[in-house]
Amino acid sequence: MPRLLAPSDRPLALLILALALLALLILIGPVIVVLVTSFTTSQALRFPPPGLTLRWYEALFDPARSAQIHKAAGNSLLVAVTVAAFSTGLATAASLGIVRARARWARAAEGVFMAPLVLPGIAYGLATLMFFSWLRLPPSFWLLVAGHAMIATPFALRTVGASAAGLDTTLLDASASLGASPWRTFRRVVLPLIMPGVAAGAFLAFISSLDNVPVSLFLGSAENDMLPIRMWGMMESSLDVRVAAASGVLVAVAFLLLVVMDRTVGLVRRMAG
Amino acid sequence: MDERGAWRLALPLAVAQILFFLAPLLILAATSFATDENLVAFSHQAWADVVADGFNLRATWNTLRLGGLTVIATVVLAVPLALLHLAAGPGLKKVILLAAVLPLLTSVVVRTFSWIAILGREGVINNVLVGTGITAGPVPLLQTEHGLILALTQIEMPLMLLPLIASMGRIDPALLDASAALGASLFRTLRKVVLPMALPGLLAGATLVFASAATAFISQSVIGGGRLAYLPYLVWQQAMVVFNWPLAAALALTLMVSVIIVVLALSALGRKIADA
Repeated sequence: MPRLLAPSDRPLALLILALALLALLILIGPVIVVLVTSFTTSQALRFPPPGLTLRWYEALFDPARSAQIHKAAGNSLLVAVTVAAFSTGLATAASLGIVRARARWARAAEGVFMAPLVLPGIAYGLATLMFFSWLRLPPSFWLLVAGHAMIATPFALRTVGASAAGLDTTLLDASASLGASPWRTFRRVVLPLIMPGVAAGAFLAFISSLDNVPVSLFLGSAENDMLPIRMWGMMESSLDVRVAAASGVLVAVAFLLLVVMDRTVGLVRRMAG
Repeated sequence: MDERGAWRLALPLAVAQILFFLAPLLILAATSFATDENLVAFSHQAWADVVADGFNLRATWNTLRLGGLTVIATVVLAVPLALLHLAAGPGLKKVILLAAVLPLLTSVVVRTFSWIAILGREGVINNVLVGTGITAGPVPLLQTEHGLILALTQIEMPLMLLPLIASMGRIDPALLDASAALGASLFRTLRKVVLPMALPGLLAGATLVFASAATAFISQSVIGGGRLAYLPYLVWQQAMVVFNWPLAAALALTLMVSVIIVVLALSALGRKIADA
């Protein structure tokens, strides 16, 4: 809207601008607050902090004092990487099937595949616990992976699906008519073309699993303690300022990954497209 | 990969969803009608408990209300921000998009934690209120519904903002110029040109925000605290503390069915508006 506003439009334009700036403040403010708080010298969450120190980061990275946090972080990372691999594989195959099938059911199937996005996670988390305990399966790494993957796959499906929909099918026909096997066509033609969508999808599935609360809440165990659940425990029992340092690390990692993924595969554009 | 065989590529995901998504939900439904977690004897006791206990019904209402109020708050803030994005140059556009995506990539636990530092007795808001003399002492914000809605507004706003920006991105800028050149006021241009185009994004965003806010267990339990009863916390409590699995299942299904009804109503509304 790069045009001059009529004087009578100015109050509305100012109101919109004020609300937009308030929205930006509300979006970014808390991220800054948590970063600053993580350097506080205080035992309590006072803002602004009375002084700055690295003691909470030292406590967080100390292997003796924070062994449980390190174990939970390791578990969460391992589960998230495994989930990203499974979710991206399932989502890529399904997207190519849906795009090539072109039939009416394909759109319906897409809707069904996306359903986990709007169903309340807490109900699904409880359902997985009841299901696996009915099957007499004790909590384990692979059950966590299965539960997380169901919630993470729609995220991968969205970006991979958008890439697959833009695929020029004449290229596939050309590859096939030149004698390439379907697998060779996939590896040499399809995959390079949809790679940015696949990479963005794998990243979103990874983040979805890393942040997962509802499934971990019910399927986590002492053996498979997950980072968000451990941090929730630290917040609920005694306010442990190491949570602020852990949050600082997570924010920094998210920001770095965001910049890298945006430079390489245009992540931000894919999420708003 | 010929066209007729292509559907088989969707099979692995379909099978995985039947095994690990649909089957658990069926067991959840069965458990709500069982006498205990072993699923050998059945009764409707759990459902009778849900309906008869005013506490559970109030929690259901609170949960839906929380979702609805969060949708309203995110609309009020995200629509102006999406409009600013529409009018902005490339640099500001990027800032707005980064501001929308970054919170989405930081854990819900981190976002919830940051609001403890903002809403607490010695938090940002109370320091401003007391420091400027607007209030004599700190105001309780944690463990209140408005504090929780404020936090959820930030936590859920990206889910409203991104679909809005996507649908507004499809507006042809020439249309806006034409509308203004023909003498339409800004308000009229927004109502007649921008709103109809933004509506699919608005409804998609409302669906995601509602579903997410209604089931935001961590935010509800940490910021809302024990005094405000919401369904997700009751589900967790009945399942993991009280070990009344049939009641936990019935409460989880109550949450699921209420959310599905609202989601379907929103999509029906979307179709009705699209046809009109």
